[in-house]
Amino acid sequence: MQALDKKLLRDFRRLWAQALAIALVLACGVAIFLTSFGMYRALQDTRAAYYERNRFADVFAETRRAPDTLTREIAAIPGVAGVEARVTGSVILDIPGRVETAVGQVISLPDAGLPPLNRPLLRAGRLPDPASTTQVAVNEPFAKAHGFGPGDSFAATINGQKRQLTITGTLLSPEFIYTIGPGQLMPDNEGYGILWMPERAVAAAFDMTGAFNSVSLKLTRGTSRDEVIDRLDDLLDPYGGLGAYGRDIQLSNSFIDAEIASLKSTAAVLPPVFFGISAFLVNMVLGRIIALERAQIGLMKAVGYTDREVAAHYLMLAGLVGLAGIGIGWAVGSWLSHALAVLYADFFDFPYLIYRVSYDVYVISAVIALSAAGLGAVRAALAATRLSPAVAMAPAAPPRFSRGLFDRMLAALRLPQPAMMVLRGILRWPVRSGLTVLGLALAVAVMMAATFTDDSMDEIIDGFFYQSNRQDALLLFSQDQPASVLEEVRRLPGVLAVEGHLYLAAELRNGHLSKQTPIEARRPDSDLSRAVDAAGRVVVPPPGGLILSERLAAELGLRPGDMVEAEFLGTKRETHMLPVSGLAVQYLGLGAYMDYDSANRMFRQAPQVSTASVLIDPAQEDALHARLKDLPGLAGTIMLTDSRRAFEETLAENVLIMMTVYAVIAVLITVGVAYNGARVQLSERARELASLRILGFSRAEVSAILIGETMLLAVLAQPVGWLVGWGLALAITAGFSSDLYAVPLVLRPACFAQASLVVLGASLGAVLLVRRRLDRLDLVAVMKTRE
Amino acid sequence: MDRPIFRTESVTKVYDTGGAKVHALAGVDLELFGGELAVLLGPSGSGKSTLLNILGGLDHATTGHVWFRELELTALRDRGLTRYRRDHVGFVFQFYNLVASLTARENVQLVTDVARDPMPPAQALDLVGLSHRLDHFPAEMSGGEQQRVAIARAIAKRPEVLLCDEPTGALDSKTGVQVLEALKDINDRFGTTTVVITHNAAIRKMAHRVVRFHDGRITGVEINETRLAPHEITW
Repeated sequence: MQALDKKLLRDFRRLWAQALAIALVLACGVAIFLTSFGMYRALQDTRAAYYERNRFADVFAETRRAPDTLTREIAAIPGVAGVEARVTGSVILDIPGRVETAVGQVISLPDAGLPPLNRPLLRAGRLPDPASTTQVAVNEPFAKAHGFGPGDSFAATINGQKRQLTITGTLLSPEFIYTIGPGQLMPDNEGYGILWMPERAVAAAFDMTGAFNSVSLKLTRGTSRDEVIDRLDDLLDPYGGLGAYGRDIQLSNSFIDAEIASLKSTAAVLPPVFFGISAFLVNMVLGRIIALERAQIGLMKAVGYTDREVAAHYLMLAGLVGLAGIGIGWAVGSWLSHALAVLYADFFDFPYLIYRVSYDVYVISAVIALSAAGLGAVRAALAATRLSPAVAMAPAAPPRFSRGLFDRMLAALRLPQPAMMVLRGILRWPVRSGLTVLGLALAVAVMMAATFTDDSMDEIIDGFFYQSNRQDALLLFSQDQPASVLEEVRRLPGVLAVEGHLYLAAELRNGHLSKQTPIEARRPDSDLSRAVDAAGRVVVPPPGGLILSERLAAELGLRPGDMVEAEFLGTKRETHMLPVSGLAVQYLGLGAYMDYDSANRMFRQAPQVSTASVLIDPAQEDALHARLKDLPGLAGTIMLTDSRRAFEETLAENVLIMMTVYAVIAVLITVGVAYNGARVQLSERARELASLRILGFSRAEVSAILIGETMLLAVLAQPVGWLVGWGLALAITAGFSSDLYAVPLVLRPACFAQASLVVLGASLGAVLLVRRRLDRLDLVAVMKTRE
Repeated sequence: MDRPIFRTESVTKVYDTGGAKVHALAGVDLELFGGELAVLLGPSGSGKSTLLNILGGLDHATTGHVWFRELELTALRDRGLTRYRRDHVGFVFQFYNLVASLTARENVQLVTDVARDPMPPAQALDLVGLSHRLDHFPAEMSGGEQQRVAIARAIAKRPEVLLCDEPTGALDSKTGVQVLEALKDINDRFGTTTVVITHNAAIRKMAHRVVRFHDGRITGVEINETRLAPHEITW
């Protein structure tokens, strides 16, 4: 081994604490990049492969009842490569041993076996016999949640008729990677299942023989999806079409889209922060090393080492720090990816194991990390090459302190000398001080980005469950029922209060902007289900007017007072111009509300309801469920209390994990910046501080100078960090926002305080570590060394 | 000791330190011969270190010419000077300039790694009487020992010239003598042209020739008819 290489390794070993502090920050960048970008790619690739192999459709549409003959016309739409028409319906399930009702979605299977589009994958057992009326295949997660296998059976109320069904096999489908039931906030595999039944049985049960109510299309490459959607809508309109839509609105796919987008934005936003901080730290530390090794650099050059060899030597030192960061980052990133994969396995149902980050992502992360370290080192290394050997071996000129405007202001303050030393030190290296402040501010921001979500989720839960949806359960009817059904519901055991709502499928338009969304008609005295405005006041839709959720209004470019065109879909094929009367705050879904009586009058019908909100006496809940399982006309139930509990539990768990991870990251950044800053300062000031000790200053007084500078910068970093954290939180909420949900920006004082406490605490801890070195300083030796 | 190994012609060096110009060398004409041990004597700031730096290819002259044999150093750019230093020159400095993280042997190896025909580091250290300190770090050695490591490092590449800048400046008299012994031994044994700069007049007695400096100029050159051995010198 060459002597220079030995020097390199020994320097690295000597600098281990500083190198580790930098490597850990770099490792954060590598690990997060590996996890987010790796998972982004894995998720995207796996989904693409799954969709391709199992022929996931491009366009979907539901309709009331269309004749099978229409499929030929649909297939004739230019650009349509495949059509799959089927019958689907919602059913109430009675699972042995389960008190609550469960909801199932029945999907018809063609006689020939698997459908040509959205082909499910048989995971166990076999498909049901085409002639059978009691055999079903169910989605695998549902089977697993109940411990079901082929041969097991449960009861279902299909279109009012209760029958015993036998499971023949389990399936996974590209349509249900993220399986979420109507009105649910999260997948609940116990409470919601997909049932594939032979077409003849389904058609007979739902009175759909010779007809279909759901159609999926596969398009040829290059076909305009929107044109096909328009043509399909035209064809389905006479048959109660509910509006065709693309993959972007398909429920399961849109949740995966949201996850992929969030991974992508994480990969794009966070790692650069860490790489930037690492580059700064490398630059600061290496700059100091080169200042200390001036004479050695002069010597290397004097004995004939070229500029390139000298520069390479210092670049390699940065390279070793980079390698350490990469090694740690890879290890942590692999572990994190695995943890994320386990988490995904709970939510996403893919048939194959996809959760492996590909090797090139490892390589990319290493290249970026080394580049960051190299970028940080290059300025210092170039400074080393610029040193001429004769100059290098002469002592460096003392740093130039000038009497600028700031200095005169400082002098006017008549501060004690140690305070002057602290302030002059900060002003003498403004770039370094500024970057230190920025680095610590980023730590504050990262911490805030983690803590604010907790408050935001509280706001969502409060808004959704405690302000807007105060019912215990929502009963969904398979078809609109006369309002008198509410009397029947009221007589069910345990029901304390009932409210009916009418859902009207519609497309809202404002100029070229349009959005498909159901309009919910509710009574003005509706108390269980309400809309609330930004000020927390209940908003009631006035007769003839619409209340829109703020996000829906924004998407359509509407403000209160504007008129909106509402084209009603399904069986109510009418278009009305309605005024926007007010806005409601809503974080989940895009709601639109109108007055119940106006809605019924508009369609010249006796009062009807699609759903019923109920308040339940907990003591009689079991009795109620027992009755619901047999209630004809019921398509499903949503237990809001259960949803809330599950939502809160999952959030509590995820928020805790996230907070822990981010707090560790914030501490690593802080320690990386504060520790290295203090070490460099100690190195620069060793003689100064030793002189003060010799002059009679106490240890505490001398360390106050060292601690003072770093802590002053840390304090200055707080307001900057709050500002950056606010921006980061804003960016995160914007990144999360989709039609499915939005995250409100809630920044409480506690969030700022918590972030500041963590960062100030970690800064103090880091600087106290350096203080120990100051205490051990050999005064005589320091004064003797030539500088 | 016939052919000049170094020849300088009207060499000047002007440092521009912001406002004032400092004439470190104000026209120096000098010849140094192969195999001789020359002492450049003068007070601090007389320009002797500046000349040594220019002879060693560490610095550029402002005007004038410098030749190393037929090679005109003043015509070389940085890359050429690096090559020249690597192939021909050994340096010894007042503050040893050892790399603290390398042992004695490794400090010598630092040079032998890039030299064309070096001797083994152990042999170089043996020549300065340090064969028992091969694996010691600088911090574990006395000042005299450190300076002898620096000499070993300088001679390990078998240089044609050995340029020593105040080699005893940081040492006490007794240790300084040991270092001078080592230098004389190398000069005698290998015929390496050795230039020692010092402000210590006592050292002049061991030289073949003494060149006196004052205010950037040569004020006199004297030849020692009878040289003293280093152990006979005290200060």
